[in-house]
Amino acid sequence: MPRAQPRSLFARIEGLPIIIVFALMLALFMTMAPLVFLAPNIYMTFLSTLPPLMVLSIGLTFVIAAGEIDLSFPSIIAFSGFVFAVLFKQYGLGPLAAIVAVLSGSLVGWLNGLLIARVGIPSFIATLGTQFFWAGMATVLSGGRSYALRGVEESWTWRVIDGRLGGNDPLRWYTQVSMEAIWTAAIVLFLWFVLNRHRFGEHVLFLGDSNDVSRVVGIPVAREKIRLFTLMGTCGGVAAVMLTLENRNYFGDQGSGYLLTAIAAVLIGGTSILGGRATVVGTIFGALIMGMLEAGLVASGLTGAWVRTVQGLIFLVAIVFYLLADEPARRHALLGRFGLARGPGGRSPRSGPPVPTR
Amino acid sequence: MADIAVHPSGTRSGNARPPAPGTDGFVDIVRMEQVQKYFGAVHALRNIDLRIGRNEIVGLIGDNGAGKSTLIKTMTGVYAPSSGRIFVRDKPVDLANYSVAMAHDLSIETVYQDKSLGEKQPLWRNFFVGRQITNRFGFIDVKRQKAVARQILEDTIGFRGVGIGVDATVKNLSGGERQGIAIGRAMHFNADLIVLDEPTVALAVKEVRKVLDFVRLIKSSGRACVYIEHNLAHVHEVADRLVVLDRGAIVADIAPRDMTVPELTEYLIDLQKSQH
Repeated sequence: MPRAQPRSLFARIEGLPIIIVFALMLALFMTMAPLVFLAPNIYMTFLSTLPPLMVLSIGLTFVIAAGEIDLSFPSIIAFSGFVFAVLFKQYGLGPLAAIVAVLSGSLVGWLNGLLIARVGIPSFIATLGTQFFWAGMATVLSGGRSYALRGVEESWTWRVIDGRLGGNDPLRWYTQVSMEAIWTAAIVLFLWFVLNRHRFGEHVLFLGDSNDVSRVVGIPVAREKIRLFTLMGTCGGVAAVMLTLENRNYFGDQGSGYLLTAIAAVLIGGTSILGGRATVVGTIFGALIMGMLEAGLVASGLTGAWVRTVQGLIFLVAIVFYLLADEPARRHALLGRFGLARGPGGRSPRSGPPVPTR
Repeated sequence: MADIAVHPSGTRSGNARPPAPGTDGFVDIVRMEQVQKYFGAVHALRNIDLRIGRNEIVGLIGDNGAGKSTLIKTMTGVYAPSSGRIFVRDKPVDLANYSVAMAHDLSIETVYQDKSLGEKQPLWRNFFVGRQITNRFGFIDVKRQKAVARQILEDTIGFRGVGIGVDATVKNLSGGERQGIAIGRAMHFNADLIVLDEPTVALAVKEVRKVLDFVRLIKSSGRACVYIEHNLAHVHEVADRLVVLDRGAIVADIAPRDMTVPELTEYLIDLQKSQH
């Protein structure tokens, strides 16, 4: 019974390949820059700089799992960040400003969903358009100004969303754990359950597998796509509020660095670029790698100019790795070219559909 | 009683059958009366009068473009007919609201060749997608779904000992096994009519045998089946009745025992020639 074999370690532990890569990278940085990476402070800094990327990447994991793409979230970071800054600073709305800002992100996402699911525009094109529109809208409404949120640390809004757990005592590292990180952990945990255990997550995976099959099995395709992009917009809104609070400042292009890093975090995490298969755990480690790279490379002695190059390289290597891992035929063709294929004809027993044994 | 009276030309054996699902005294699971379907100026279905008995396997045959697919799509709510009437369990269907979802509610399921299963998803998800067992917040009861899926695999479909578990993904299954999964799912959800759209296309001989066994399983469990097939030998072997379509109209209703496969082939070729 060839198919009764126990599932391999890689199949049982979600995101294992990327966890190994992350561990190797961390070990490398610890060797190259022990002063930085063997002290707790750098990790406390990551806990306050990584959450926006993490929240965006998790939202994007759902979008890519459904075989769609969202290019508009940088503009949501700009637009929702602006909404938050104005309501918080000029109108003094406090926590309400954060709630309205997150909802403005949901609204933008919902409109994306309508364009894609009801009007029928491919998500790539639709969100490219809305990216320009909402980024432009944020610039027009803010008049291109930035909003400094001086003294925000005194507010309850900051303490609850972005504050430090133990009052930020520089001598005791654990007091510097940011509230952002805790919120992010809760969001990530919740969305893991939604993707893997909820009806919605299952529908997302089937959508990524095939829209035709989804229709035949009775999934309300349009409704679930609208929900999907609304979720992404909401994640964008949350990231915007976190980022604006963490920077204590709003500026118009604050979302610009996130487009490629978030997409890369999802894909190197192991979520299929073709849709239908997704891993939240993989995305977490993908985002950690993308977020730690800059500090790690600079601390190891490279200049900041190298960061994008290395990010791009890791991204490409990961894509090729997953493509070959996913498609045995391609893997064997490639290995065969280097004379490394196992068995006659370069086909291992696992390639091609297994033959039943009755 | 009711389920004895319904075999116009069936090859019903005398064996005791399990009771038909939902024995509420209907004669035909589906009946179409004077159904017409136009696509623009194209008259795709002409004067269709067709009845499917409650425990009958009806093979639908005819040349490419004869209207087989259109006919089953009209029957199962994918297309709305241009005119005519459709009855399910002898009760008229409100055609303005007829849809695939409504057909599901009426226990009519269609198994399309390549469109019934999510390739990259595990079997336990494929069995329940669209009607998951969830709590009131929509979270899936994975344990129960897996247990029921295992039961369907082993008992309904008979995959015991083949080494296919509920965690296997569809892309690792052979074509025949996929048809089995889709048919087993339909049976589990108590479909009274299962429509199969060319289930043996592109399958190896051994796989075809499995699919034909699944079709027999549909019959022996007391359900009805409409079976579109290109290969006359396959459909001749399992069908109780063969309905021949030509240019959108039903031109013959044949009992397989009255015609051998070569005679049937010749008949269809003659039909072809008469077009020219």
